[in-house]
Amino acid sequence: MMGSENNGFEEAHLYASREEMENHVLNDPLNNKSYLSYRSALSSLSETHNPLSPPIVAAPADSDPLLSPPLQYRDLRKPNVPDNSYIEPPSYADVIFSPFDGDSVNDVNGVESPSRSSDSSQSLSRSPSSSSEYIKITVSNPLKEQELSNSIVPGSNTYVTYLITTRTNIPEFGGSEFSVRRRFKDVVTLSDRLAESYRGFFIPPRPDKSIVESQVMQKQEFVEQRRVALEKYLRRLAAHPVIKKGDELKVFLQVQGKLPLSSTTDVASRVLDGAVKLPKQLLGESVVAPDEVVQPAKGGRDLLRLFKELKQSMANDWGGSKPQVVEEDKEFLENKKRIQDLEQKVNNASSQAESLVKAQQDMGETMGELGLAFIKLTKFENEEAIDNSQRVRAADMKGLATAAVKASRFYRELNAQTVKNLDTLHEYLGMMLAVHSAFTDRSSALLTVQTLLSELSSLESRAEKLEAASSKIFGGDRSRIRKIEELKETLRATEDAKNVASREYERIKENNRSELERLDRERHADFLNMLKGFVVSQVGYAEKIANVWTKVVDETSGYAKESS
Amino acid sequence: MNSTQRSVSGSTQSPRSPSSQPYLSVSVTDPVKLGNGVQAYISYRVITKTNFPEYQGSEKIVIRRYSDFVWLRDRLFEKYKGIFIPPLPEKSAVEKFRFTAEFIEMRRQALDIFVNRIASHSELQQSEDLRTFLQADEETMERLRSQETGIFKKKPSDLMQIFKDVQSKVSDVVLGKEKPVEESNPEYEKLKHYIFELENHLTEAQKHAYRLVKRHRELGQSLSDFGKAVKLLGACEGDALGKAFSELGAKAETLSVKLQKEAHQILMNFEEPMKDYVRAVQSIKATIAERANAFRRQCELAETIKLKEINLDKLMLTRSDRVGEAEIEYKELKAESEEATRTFETIVRLMNEEIVHFQEQKTLDMGIAFHEFAKGQARLANGIADAWRSLLPKLELCSSS
Repeated sequence: MMGSENNGFEEAHLYASREEMENHVLNDPLNNKSYLSYRSALSSLSETHNPLSPPIVAAPADSDPLLSPPLQYRDLRKPNVPDNSYIEPPSYADVIFSPFDGDSVNDVNGVESPSRSSDSSQSLSRSPSSSSEYIKITVSNPLKEQELSNSIVPGSNTYVTYLITTRTNIPEFGGSEFSVRRRFKDVVTLSDRLAESYRGFFIPPRPDKSIVESQVMQKQEFVEQRRVALEKYLRRLAAHPVIKKGDELKVFLQVQGKLPLSSTTDVASRVLDGAVKLPKQLLGESVVAPDEVVQPAKGGRDLLRLFKELKQSMANDWGGSKPQVVEEDKEFLENKKRIQDLEQKVNNASSQAESLVKAQQDMGETMGELGLAFIKLTKFENEEAIDNSQRVRAADMKGLATAAVKASRFYRELNAQTVKNLDTLHEYLGMMLAVHSAFTDRSSALLTVQTLLSELSSLESRAEKLEAASSKIFGGDRSRIRKIEELKETLRATEDAKNVASREYERIKENNRSELERLDRERHADFLNMLKGFVVSQVGYAEKIANVWTKVVDETSGYAKESS
Repeated sequence: MNSTQRSVSGSTQSPRSPSSQPYLSVSVTDPVKLGNGVQAYISYRVITKTNFPEYQGSEKIVIRRYSDFVWLRDRLFEKYKGIFIPPLPEKSAVEKFRFTAEFIEMRRQALDIFVNRIASHSELQQSEDLRTFLQADEETMERLRSQETGIFKKKPSDLMQIFKDVQSKVSDVVLGKEKPVEESNPEYEKLKHYIFELENHLTEAQKHAYRLVKRHRELGQSLSDFGKAVKLLGACEGDALGKAFSELGAKAETLSVKLQKEAHQILMNFEEPMKDYVRAVQSIKATIAERANAFRRQCELAETIKLKEINLDKLMLTRSDRVGEAEIEYKELKAESEEATRTFETIVRLMNEEIVHFQEQKTLDMGIAFHEFAKGQARLANGIADAWRSLLPKLELCSSS
């Protein structure tokens, strides 16, 4: 863009004189209409070092240029600010800017995404025990790489890799700083493995796969958006108390070269495998192997199991008899309802937040345009001035224009902060997906248990019938006896499978419970921070804007006597 | 030019002291909707308080409607060439807004300012038409109003067009030249250029001012919606956090009201004065057109006289019996020409004075408008800061619990 770093620092000294302001205003990229929508703003603004519109980036830069001007504003501040204001700094202008200072804040109290660090001076209510632990992940340096394949068309298999740098003092990692290169496909693999290993947990959802053509894939904007999304995702994973200690994440972050997690099979091969198994299953009695029982039927390769569980769920819904084990946990059901309600409310708040951001944006833009129009008028009057009253008017206009341009800038900076603050809402919407997944884990585990129980009971009744029949024949029927033996064998295996499935179900239930607790606790803290951040930045910027206009009031106070 | 009566356009101009100083103060009040359907219109109460001897009595109340004001403006424009006639608010193009409270109030205010400016102009205040407007009964007014036809009903911009058309016709036919007749006065050229450019700049600024009004309304609306959503979210959360949410929501709704109020203030005290400025410039353009007409007429007559002189000499040489006739014609033309010159020179003189006053007045008007605007913005921003600031102790309490 237009030398964003430069403009940011030039802006620092703007407030000193009007002439400077005018010059900067006239060259100002205020005319740049490339303003971001809320959603894209979320992904782009949370990272400080990205080459977007200068007025936004300037504020959170490492050496904050806007920290110096507040000195002059302190004098002009309204004298009747209550003295019992509990916040130490004399003006919120200072409070706002220091915590948003780039990456350094993220080292505190485990990993937080930038949106949560709105008030680092406040101690967060989370993870007090691990307060000495930290892990910080950065995603950077996207590079185009070539896939080594025998493709006829050269360059058709290019993909992008990202440098993932981790700094940590967690002993399990066995190192304090390391980097790997990963591509998006690896992230999908990681996410799939996590979904398998951590059933019942609220696993942060990974960034979307994007179905776009390869040309777009390589565009800088897309790559940048993805980089930001990846960083957010990995940081969220590292913030999860269980996942961050797990192998999957460790391997992903540390192991050089190819990612040693088994990659997801595509549906086709899954079906093929399933088809291979099917005849065996149809011909003989097949039992779900215990290790497979702990995975849901859906998405697996065992088609027969899938059919059985489907049948069971039909029976649950429409069948006359109730299954033997049902979701009884009242507390869980209440919580589920509560979460659903919460999701709806958060969604609503999120879209209203989006409207608010847009309205603030528009206000800033129009204010800026008004200022520019008056700058033009000022120039015009000065050039064409014949008598003194014109020059006076030109000076008055300039005062107004300067204030308008400054106010415009403040509105837009405020908006950048608002986007960051209210991003928390958006994040929790994402979390809802994770909650749904975890609840689905639970219900599918329950279904597995129910299915196995049904099978058990049908096997048992068959065994009974066979035994009753064969006892009538003296000496027994050898083939029938064999059948009974086989059946008993199947029964035992099924019993084992049922036990494993039950244990798994209980485990998932416990995960759900502890995660819900964690969600409520963390959400409480995060929302509180969100509110505080929102309010603090609103106050800070409102003060700045008030100062700007108060100056004009003073300058035009001569006219006040004239009006009635 | 004495400027005793050039004061700020305000709705009430209280007399300095009842009997000694001459005063004329007018207020336009009390808009009432009359009539039905398409015929519906707004009538205003016009209250005059004066000690001018030409007026019948010290106080008079009449009922007037918008087209009566238009009549007054047109009459003044015709009679007082060279003076910048105060501008009228526009006729509303959009039917939907004709009877909104906001539009009615804005129009009332603008009409009030209009009449008061006339009443405070040392020449215009002597106008007989003004006296008629302020005192005549409704029937007389209606009769006069319906008599107005032709050129005076046209807008100043239409006048400009007519002026251009006439210009081209005259220059072709009478003078046999291609170029239109214009003064070759560099200072005046500069002024004309200034006025035309100024209109463009002002229109743009006024447009943004109007948009700013809208933005305030939109921000107010979205804050209100956000507040509601946050309150609902708070109801979900319960306990201290829930309370915090609902207080935040409540504050947002309060601020929404403040924003709507400020939007109205900006409209009345900033955007409307800007529009008024634009209208004033358009009125000056109409005067410029008049001046061009007067100049052209003066030139026309000068040329015609020259031709008549030549003709007269010819006739005298040939001792024609048409000499007497021609001499009379010549004398008449000479008188007309002198009249035209006087008219033109008066216009020039008046314009020079008017422009100085115009600049001074506009600096004052804008100064006031800027002051009010800045006051409003500062008040709004401080209100916002105070409202949010009051929440912080409560939020503090939440996190420590």
